[in-house]
Amino acid sequence: MLKIKNLHASINNKKILNGINLTLKPGEIHVLMGPNGSGKSSLAKILAGHQDFDVSLGTITLDGKNLLEAAPDIRSEMGLFLAFQYPLEVPGVNLRNFLRLAYNTKQPELKKLPVFAFKNLMREKAKLLELDETLLERNLNEGMSGGEKKKCEILQLAVLEPHYAILDETDSGLDLDALKTVFSALKKLMKTGKRMGILVITHYQRIFEYIKPDKVHIMLKGSIVDSGDYKIVKKLLKSGYKHYT
Amino acid sequence: MKNTLQQQKTNSASLIKTEVATAVAINKDYREKYGFKDRIANSTDIGAGINKTTIKKISALKSEDEWMLNKRIQAYHVFENKPMPSWGADLNGIKFDKIHYFVKATQNRARSWDEVPRVIKTTFDKLGIPQAERKFLAGVATQYESEVVYHNLLEKWNKLGIIFSDTDSAYKLYPEIFHQYFGKAIPATDNKFAALNTAVWSGGSFIYVPKGVKVDIPLQAYFRINAQNMGQFERTLIIADEGSQIEYIEGCTAPVYTTDSLHSAVVEIFIKKNARVRYTTLQNWSTNVYNLVTKRALVYENGIMEWVDCNLGSKVTMKYPSVYLLQPGAHGEVLSIALAGKGQHLDAGAKAIHAAPNTSSLIQSKSICKDGGRTSYRGMLKILNGAKGSKSKISCDALILDNKSRTDTYPTNIVNEQNVSLGHEASVSKVNQEQLFYLMSRGLTEAEAASLIVSGFIEPIVKELPMEYAMEMNALIQMTMAGSVG
Repeated sequence: MLKIKNLHASINNKKILNGINLTLKPGEIHVLMGPNGSGKSSLAKILAGHQDFDVSLGTITLDGKNLLEAAPDIRSEMGLFLAFQYPLEVPGVNLRNFLRLAYNTKQPELKKLPVFAFKNLMREKAKLLELDETLLERNLNEGMSGGEKKKCEILQLAVLEPHYAILDETDSGLDLDALKTVFSALKKLMKTGKRMGILVITHYQRIFEYIKPDKVHIMLKGSIVDSGDYKIVKKLLKSGYKHYT
Repeated sequence: MKNTLQQQKTNSASLIKTEVATAVAINKDYREKYGFKDRIANSTDIGAGINKTTIKKISALKSEDEWMLNKRIQAYHVFENKPMPSWGADLNGIKFDKIHYFVKATQNRARSWDEVPRVIKTTFDKLGIPQAERKFLAGVATQYESEVVYHNLLEKWNKLGIIFSDTDSAYKLYPEIFHQYFGKAIPATDNKFAALNTAVWSGGSFIYVPKGVKVDIPLQAYFRINAQNMGQFERTLIIADEGSQIEYIEGCTAPVYTTDSLHSAVVEIFIKKNARVRYTTLQNWSTNVYNLVTKRALVYENGIMEWVDCNLGSKVTMKYPSVYLLQPGAHGEVLSIALAGKGQHLDAGAKAIHAAPNTSSLIQSKSICKDGGRTSYRGMLKILNGAKGSKSKISCDALILDNKSRTDTYPTNIVNEQNVSLGHEASVSKVNQEQLFYLMSRGLTEAEAASLIVSGFIEPIVKELPMEYAMEMNALIQMTMAGSVG
């Protein structure tokens, strides 16, 4: 269970989160919506351990373990994954070599994969995402289109198999076909192996054509102003965020 | 093209392996035949300091003729009269009267393994350098065991008419070639250290490749490193005759420990019509060494010169490999990497002179500084009047890993012709915190993430290195980064 409790945070002395509460259970899909600047992406970065944010109050635990004290790499080891809104280009770093390094740090000695076996694993996951195989030989996000970068994030997710994944606006930049592929792949991943819990951050309502979330949260000015089941979406579709202001 | 090169590299690796497997006892007379051992009798040290008498002694010890002695004496006068260059790195630590200008290196010079600094030993460990090689690199042994393999390759090259030997021996055997080329690319008057080298030079490599001969295995100083190559004042002369092609590699990724404080080499290369030479350097002198080297290639019609220059070690390096594009269609490249750590100042760059129409040059420099280290890019591009249709592309990128370190760029572009194309890009960046965060969020430690970023930064040049060197290079980067982060 990924549990955010009364989380207050700021950046450069500017308050951005005002007591967030959110609980994501294994196997659940939650959608977090809100207008630009409501604090969604800040929450995502704080979850992954970005150093620019100060958490003044509240706790985040992952399966009972304190997340806030851990460095980003430790959080990854604990089973957290953030698909970045703007994945960073790392010039000269081969995607496959990098991902193999990341994969192997999480494996016990005997399960670490040599180059060839890892190539196969990546191919298999790429198929799931209907990814062009040439993408696997590219450098990490270097020169990739917006859509390719987003798919590449999901490929990383598929290979690393986290317990909890946060998708920060993965849907923006993807065309409708790609969106469909990505979310059907995610559903397949949720069924196999670990029962991954997913928090989808978006501000596009079109997402609901592809997923049926267990819970929807509406965020405004650093607070979650409404949480509930799919019914909230209908309310939102009808009158937008105005309803909450 | 890239594939062919890669293929060549793989071929050479497997060929070398085969050579090792088939290496059998070789004739004893190979030594005399090819001169890979020092021919001067007994180990000799003429003492510290330099004057006309010491130069005469050096020449006499080498039983040289008057021609070379005169060159040396003339050069010595130039050396004496030229002021220390004041435009670059701080050279005040060089004490010319404390330097031993001629030490005949034999077993006598070897030090004991116990004297080798621990940091050097640790590096050998981490890089997985074989024991025999370690002792050589640390100056404990003066002979490197792969000589057997080397001699087999040498025989092959010899059949093709290639001459590859140490420069001293070559001068005895082919004085007429020296009269034609020695000092013609880099005259003693070029700079103070070229003059010094000309006055006191010893060792280095001599290569002559006949017309149309192409060699797909890099000729490596690595295989024949003995004290002659690793000397302080080595002199290298390479002549690639029309349509020939070779690659030469000097140095190695592992640190080379020496107590000598000045290394001042001169490398002259002549590339005839349609010939191609690639000269790769991996410099990792221990950090007490002033490394002041002059390297220049004269390139004739449609010839290609490629310098690949990696500088990791030394206290101070000043080195600007040059290409003089003298006839139409000549092409020159200078690709360089500099990694400066604590107490190091690496002032490196390139020089390209376009002196004929339709010549082209590519200069790419990547430098990294950390722990208070300093890198400088210093470049000179000249397009002379009449060099119509010439093209040049220069890019220099610097990466700074912390706030204690420093990098500077000193580019000079002089263009005296209208109809040319010139591109110049420069960038300075710090290791990006967002990139670090991104990589760490995938489970990499901070040191792993940083070393990945650095490896990626130099990748465009590292991929030009033979595979085994590229791997060592990456291992070395990982090692240095592990020590500097967190």
